Order: sequence, then C-alpha cells, then structure tokens
Amino acid sequence: MSSAFSTISTIQPLHRTIDNPSISPLLGSTSTHKLCSFHVCNRTASASSVRRRFSVVADSDVVKQQKTKSGSSLSSLLITKEEGLELYEDMVLGRSFEDMCAQMYYRGKMFGFVHLYNGQEAVSTGFIKLLTKEDCVVSTYRDHVHALSKGVPARQVMSELFGKTTGCCRGQGGSMHMFSKEYNVLGGFAFIGEGIPVSTGAAFTSKYRREVLKKANADQVTLAFFGDGTCNNGQFFECLNMAALWKLPIVFVVENNLWAIGMSHLRATSDPEIWKKGPAFGMPGVHIDGMDVLKVRKVAKEAVERARRGEGPTLIECETYRFRGHSLADPDELRDPAEKAHYATRDPITALKKYMIENKLVNEAELKAIDKKIDEAVEDAVEFADASPYPVRTQLLENVFADPKGFGIGPDGRYRCEDPKFTEGTAHV
Amino acid sequence: MWGIIRQKVGAGGFPVPILEQSLPRLRPAVSAWRRYSSAAKEMTVRDALNSALDEEMSADPKVFLMGEEVGEYQGAYKISKGLLEKYGPDRVLDTPITEAGFAGIGVGAAYYGLRPIVEFMTFNFSMQAIDHIINSAAKSNYMSAGQINVPIVFRGPNGAAAGVGAQHSQCYAAWFGACPGLKVLAPYSSEDARGLLKAAIRDPDPVVFLENELLYGESFPISAEALDSSFCLPIGKAKIEREGKDVTITAFSKMVGYALKAAEILAKEGISAERFVTKQVINLRSIRPLDTATINASVRKTNRLVTVEEGFPQHGVGAEICTSVIEESFIYLDAPVERIAGADVPMPYAANLERMAVPQVEDIVCAVKRACYRSVPMTATA
Repeated sequence: MSSAFSTISTIQPLHRTIDNPSISPLLGSTSTHKLCSFHVCNRTASASSVRRRFSVVADSDVVKQQKTKSGSSLSSLLITKEEGLELYEDMVLGRSFEDMCAQMYYRGKMFGFVHLYNGQEAVSTGFIKLLTKEDCVVSTYRDHVHALSKGVPARQVMSELFGKTTGCCRGQGGSMHMFSKEYNVLGGFAFIGEGIPVSTGAAFTSKYRREVLKKANADQVTLAFFGDGTCNNGQFFECLNMAALWKLPIVFVVENNLWAIGMSHLRATSDPEIWKKGPAFGMPGVHIDGMDVLKVRKVAKEAVERARRGEGPTLIECETYRFRGHSLADPDELRDPAEKAHYATRDPITALKKYMIENKLVNEAELKAIDKKIDEAVEDAVEFADASPYPVRTQLLENVFADPKGFGIGPDGRYRCEDPKFTEGTAHV
Repeated sequence: MWGIIRQKVGAGGFPVPILEQSLPRLRPAVSAWRRYSSAAKEMTVRDALNSALDEEMSADPKVFLMGEEVGEYQGAYKISKGLLEKYGPDRVLDTPITEAGFAGIGVGAAYYGLRPIVEFMTFNFSMQAIDHIINSAAKSNYMSAGQINVPIVFRGPNGAAAGVGAQHSQCYAAWFGACPGLKVLAPYSSEDARGLLKAAIRDPDPVVFLENELLYGESFPISAEALDSSFCLPIGKAKIEREGKDVTITAFSKMVGYALKAAEILAKEGISAERFVTKQVINLRSIRPLDTATINASVRKTNRLVTVEEGFPQHGVGAEICTSVIEESFIYLDAPVERIAGADVPMPYAANLERMAVPQVEDIVCAVKRACYRSVPMTATA
C-alpha cells in the first residue's frame, strides 16, 4: 500500500503538493496552511511576536475544524476505548508527575536544572505508546515524560530526581540524564543536538543487526525527540543526511514549542518551517498539530511502520507548546500571556477528554477514576523517593568504567580496584 | 646482563626475549648478542594496526570501522587497507565529512550493542566531535549507573607530523587524559600498536587510541607471541623500555624513540665523563589510567625524573606525572623534576621553527644532564 508519505518524499515544489488531491487531507492541508500563514508573517515588516503567534494559531484552528469536518467517523476509527484510556492515563501521568516535580522543587527536594513537559504530553504519548519495549527513545533534558511513557516506573524517575540510590540511574544521572537499559531509554542529554547522532547510531545498530548479523526480526525503531532550537544545530543536519543516506529506521520528532529558553523560533531561524528540511535531505517532512494526541498518533504510526519496513527516516514537526517556563529557574517573562492563554485552551488532555466523552467512548466517572489512580501513583512515587536512602559514599567511584581495572595500577603494583579499600571513599585515585 | 633482561621481562609483563628489541638501540656494543635472539620478524606500525583491526573484526562480527576514507581509499594513511574488500561496505563505512555526526552515531551504536571503531583522520578533527567523546561516551556509564556502557574506540594519528601547520599538529593526550570515564592509549612500537589496539577493541569502555603519523612507516621487531591473534597488552601498565639507574625518563608515542636515542648518546658520552649515566626509559603506553605505580617505583630507584612529551607544556601529561611523583615520592628525589614539552606556541610551518617547537633528542640529553647536575648550556626550546 502506498503510504501518504510517498508523495511527499519526492522533492517537488510546494504548489504541486497543494494541488495534488491524492495526499491525505490531514497531511497536505497542515503543510499548506502553515506555509500560507508564514508567508503572511514574512510580509508584515514590523509584525510583533504576538501577531505571529496568532497566525500560527489560526492555522491550527483550521486544522481542528478540518479534523472534525472530515468526519468524526474518520477519527473515531482511530482509537478504541482501551487505546483511549491508555492514552489518557499516560498523558495524565505525565502532567501530574511534572506538576509534582514543580512542587517538590520549590520545597527543595529536587535541585539543579529541572525542565518540565507540561503541555507537550500529546507528542510523547502519541509516539511512544506505539513502540515496543525493544524500540529506543532518545531525548533531551526535557525527558521525564519520555521516560515515563516508555515504561520506566514513576517511582524510579522520582527517586532519580531526588538523587536517591533507588533512582533509575542510582542518583548519578539526575533530571537531564534519564537512562534505562531495560526500557531502552538511551538518554537524557543535556546538550541539545547531542541525542540526534546517538539515536541515529541506535537506528544504525538495528539495521546492522538485520543486515550484517542476519537477525531476521531486528526491526527496532528509534525515536529522536528534540526541539525547535536544535534544528539550527549542525548535528541535526549531519544526521538527517546520514539517516537518509543509509536509510536508517529512525523517526526524527521535532517538538516545536516555538521557544528555545527565551529565543523565539522565528527570531532564530531563517526558514521557520522545519518540516521542509526533511525533503531537502531526501526524506518525508511532515508538520502536525502536536496538541492533538490522535493526530500525532496517526502520523506517528505511519512513520514508525515506515521505518520498521526499512523504508528509511521521517522528519515530523509537531507544533506544540510548553505551559511552564524553559526550566523551573526560568522566570518566563518573554512569552506573551495572550499566547500562553491561547495554548492553554488547546490543552491536549482536555481535548482528548472532550473527544472521548463526545464520542461516547467513556464516561466521566471512568476518567475521574484514572485521575485518582494517577494521583495516588504520583504520591506513592514521592513517598517512595522520600523514604529511599541517599547513595553511600563508596558509590562515588563506582560505574566510571564498565571494566573496573580502568582506574589503573595502585602504588602496590596491583590494580586499584582489587584493593579492598578502593571504594571506601578515600578518593585517592 | 641476564639480570637486566630478567628485570626487563618482569616489568614488561610477558616472557619474550627482548634482545631483539634492544638491538637497534645498543647495536655498537652488542652485535654478539644477535646469536642469541630468536628469528625476529619486523613489522611496521601500519601493518601492526592493520592486522589488529583485521583480526578483531574477523573475531567479532559486532566490530565495525567507520571514518573518512577508511573504505575505498584504503584509509587516509592506509591503516585500513584491504578491510573493505574483506568485510564489505556494511562493516567498513566511508562517512561523509561529519565528525560530530558519525562520532555520535558510533556512540549510539555502542549504546545499543555494537562495538564501533571510529577513525578520525587526525585527532585535530576530533575537536569537532569532542562533545560526543566526552559527554556521550565517557560519561555515560557513570550517568546511567552502569546500565549503558560504551565499547567504542576512537583512533587516529595524533601530534605533530611534518610541516602540516598549526591546525594539524596538536597533541591531545593531555586533554583526553584529563577526563574520567575514558581510557587513553598511546602506543609506540608495532607490538604496542597491536597489543593495545586489540585490548582497546575488546574493552567495554570508551578508548581514545592516539597513534602517530610519523611512526606508521617505522619498522620494529615483533615477537611470535605478539603475532598471535589473541595477543593483548594490559591497559594501564607502562613498559620499561630500557633499564638504567641514574634517571627516569617517561615518554609516550614518538618521544619514546627520541628518549631511547638520547639514552644511547648519553651511554656513549657517559664513558668519557666520570660516571656512566644510564637512563631508565619508561614507555607510558597508557595515558589514562596512568601507570603511576611503575613511574614512582622507577623514581624511587633512580631519584631523578625527566618527562618528555610533544604537546603543549601547560597542563600537559608531564605536569601530571611530575606532580604525582612529587606527591608520592618526594623524599626520594635528588633533583628537581624536569619536564620537556613542545614549545608553548601553535605549531609553526617553517621547517627550522617546527624543529624548535618540538622536543629533539638534544633537548632530552640536556635535560638529563641538568637533572644529573652536569653543567650544560640552556637550550632554546622548552
């Protein structure tokens, strides 16, 4: 079957895609409208940032209408009740968890750099809930919810944030470095753009396993999550090139929340339409409404399956928004309150709730039960983290090397790690 | 005489007749010894590295090589000659010119289960990828609390070549050696190259393997044991290249050759001076972890230290060795520690200036004499 991407993957001037009716209305229309609105932006000389925001917003409103117009019949085929509840639960978990993080931070239980994901849950849930346990996720410092969606228990993530030894990285990683070998969360990177080559490498490994090591069912897909600011970084382009060149099973997910700390995407980028950068490298570029989990899920499904079939990478730009500041230390003064208010009306959780209730998939009580369950789970995670012990002194020197002889020879001529006093915290290394 | 050999054998860590190794250095006095050496093969460092890569790739299908020009060009310095034909383009990958990108891809592949060897055309280009070497390779095992280890090797030529200018001549041993989580190796001879590269590929941690372009073409005798496909040298152990009792000289990579030449010169001169000056030359082999045990044991024996390196003097490998010796063996020192390093300038192009910017054999000789309180004129170089 020809996927909707096949028409986009050939490099054509945009007007042809507008005219071409064979593309699914969902994908073609979003890119079309986005382009128009940006042309408007570019022409207005002294456009304030507020106005630009509204042009973008107007576009998404049209998309929303389109969606409801093209038939709830189309969308209601998208999820069953179980799937809906799964998506709802995951998004609520992400939201509650992040809200609890903020509380804990202001109480001093969490420290350092903490970057919260409120508002972007649709992207994480929409993509990651389609993956198997063996598929990989690579993220940036805004990684709590990616880890949770991938299956890392909330207790372990919360402990990690508290810096306790029961955390997923024994307290050695922290907020920005969530790693889980079991659930294939390959980080958690503080440098933006650092995760992109790493995820491309993981995708390379899948392909290598299948083609060189001849493992027939090695079809794991890797998802790379990163933001709009990253899309100006050299490593992004280097990896788009290599992923398309070698047809790697990876999906590049841009969480375009329009702001890189205080730098607006439009002030930093010559051509703000990130999805267009995909076809320049020979892969499909898609733009979707990242505040709508159903839309995200539909496009994600196609991209992940495309990668799994071995047809190569996809670049997906999700228009989304973070309700809080860049990090808990960010006063968030540069963003227009009107813009924030507008996106608050497009809260993905409310949207999904509304959709499920309107289409009679669930009733209020069931959703409330989930809310309560998640609240209890998050409270339990906090209690668990609170009660967990801090790392012992000897943990300081552990895990620097996988091979412990890496600390070299001690003064007595034997390997230092063989000395029973090695991890007693004397740090004489 | 045999006592010295036994001692050398003990320090080297393997029972190999090392007569053939000392032969090129002690030729005038010991031609008679040739009768006792086993039939010694000679091998260039280039061939040694190539054979190590070949054997490790054939032993483990998860090992693959990636870098610029490693495939069809047979390697920018021909180190990976023949590997593309043997293993195919899936395992010997020619990359585009994207150090940050492909170093990161290597790290990601290592995270997820493969054993990549990433070649930098020279380590100067590794600066484009240094974020991945340090932040995503070196620190990952720690940040993930042991869940994700990174069995990757970053290799390539390091240090000054001949007349290649400032941007192609820096020595990165000190920078990488400062970072916890990395292992940094600097081989000198063919045996070092083979043994250490094999050990690096088999190692479960990230290894930075600093070769030297000028050594690639040099031939060294190599024992039958070193040619065995399971031959490995331990990481973190230095080798005593030459025995002596008056001064300890530490060096790595090309400077080991210079130090050994200086030892020969001093041995000859020593005959005319009132005392025979013998130097114990230590080939560091491993910059991180540094074999401070061997260095300190040697200094406690000789009471004088001269460190030699090609890189910049400030915060260099020599600075670290000197401080570690002062910390651990201060009361054994009879003279201030001497460090010889490259000049504190970006590498000039002009041939005579370049010679002045890199330590030469005469500089080592002068430093040793200073350490031994012989009167010598100050040299122009560091």
